[in-house]
Amino acid sequence: MLDIPELLNNLEIELKRTIAERQLIDPLMIGIRTGGVWIAEVMHQRLAITEPLGLLDISFYRDDFSQIGMHPNVKPSQLPTNMEGRDIILIDDVFYTGRTIRAALNEIFDYGRPHQVIFAALIKRDGKQIPITPDCVGTQIKLDTGQRIKLTGPTPLSIVIETSGR
Amino acid sequence: MTHNIQLNSDGKLKHFLSIEGFDKALLTEILDTAASFVNPADGQIKKVPLLRGKTIVNLFFENSTRTRTTFELAAKRLSADVLNMNIATSATSKGESLLDTIRNLEAMFVDMFVVRHAMSGAAHFIAQQTAPHISVINAGDGQHAHPTQAMLDMFTIRQHKADFSTLRVAIIGDILHSRVARSEIQALNTLGVAEVRVIAPKTLLPAKVETLGVTVSHNLTEGLQDIDVVMMLRLQKERMTSALLPNESEYFKCFGLTEEKLKIAKPDAIVMHPGPINRGVEIDSKVADGKQSVILQQVSNGIAVRMAIMAMAMQHNGAGA
Repeated sequence: MLDIPELLNNLEIELKRTIAERQLIDPLMIGIRTGGVWIAEVMHQRLAITEPLGLLDISFYRDDFSQIGMHPNVKPSQLPTNMEGRDIILIDDVFYTGRTIRAALNEIFDYGRPHQVIFAALIKRDGKQIPITPDCVGTQIKLDTGQRIKLTGPTPLSIVIETSGR
Repeated sequence: MTHNIQLNSDGKLKHFLSIEGFDKALLTEILDTAASFVNPADGQIKKVPLLRGKTIVNLFFENSTRTRTTFELAAKRLSADVLNMNIATSATSKGESLLDTIRNLEAMFVDMFVVRHAMSGAAHFIAQQTAPHISVINAGDGQHAHPTQAMLDMFTIRQHKADFSTLRVAIIGDILHSRVARSEIQALNTLGVAEVRVIAPKTLLPAKVETLGVTVSHNLTEGLQDIDVVMMLRLQKERMTSALLPNESEYFKCFGLTEEKLKIAKPDAIVMHPGPINRGVEIDSKVADGKQSVILQQVSNGIAVRMAIMAMAMQHNGAGA
């Protein structure tokens, strides 16, 4: 039911529209590890952004450290040292509770005060828990509470919906 | 004595008291976690909010500059609140027992103790006695262990040498009194190096040192052959008085590392020293400041490695938070 090329096209159109509307100048694109980076790589190319893609690993900024501890295989974020005054396009694969974006914004703001940030997600599912919403999405879907949606990749990109017995 | 005390019920790090009792997988996890704190572009370590709201007490019963400072920086980079207690000049000198000091600090809702003590086993004792949610890190106990030093040295070695399994490592100097040497030997053997060679006069080697999993040499010139990593130990000057050694200049002649002697090791060998260095006693200034020296990198790496150990030990401390 979810066709990735179509979702990527939708997201590209939405991003172009939002970039024009919000008048982004010389934007810096940042992908959130892992799935967000795969989507960001596609968008980075399609929007012909010249500055290298920024990579963000939010593991050290998560709010569940004291419940579930360290995440394995954390890699250092790779961002320009100065974000002061920049226009930023933040990209993730799936938007769900909003907590990942909260963590990502916290990390970005540790590097400086961007001028503006827009946030794009390939898929927005229901279940948000904090007042953050993507500016651009490839599609929106509704899932049962026990269901999880996951992007696998990078080649080929595909979408897996898992049903857990919770 | 069991070392299971270092792991919690699901096998995760809880206390870090000694390398003994940890397997290769856990040591590697520490090294990988430490690497994740370092920005590959510039080597800088960014502050992260992992331990926000946690309180860490540096409990130093023995003087230290490097170790205490890098523990403090590591805790601050993790956003923890840090208290530095120089016990030598406070409570115990007024007659308070170690246990009472601990109880008082626990009452201040502390989450972790970083302990340095002149008595072997002090950190272990505190880990046994303290409240169950508190983690204890050994920052050096008597002649027993200095496991975070060993881990930062492993991290430094890994930055320069791709594969532990092919390495021949020489540890040179006062093995007998060195807690650093003991921890290094355990860490190197756990990570599976090809050979750990100790090079020292007989008077500065423990009895049956071979049982630690090392080869032994009493001659620096012979011992340095085929060596990839040269680890110098500080000659503790107080040992001179105990008739274990003739005098400093005699020691330097036999066991001091000079440029000339370093040439016997492999050409790409690195030179390490846990500090503080005694120039002209165990190491010549030209070597300490030379191209092959990684001594200051060891100090820098202390921050990331101690961050990794503290974060890993605190990761299941959510109950009281």
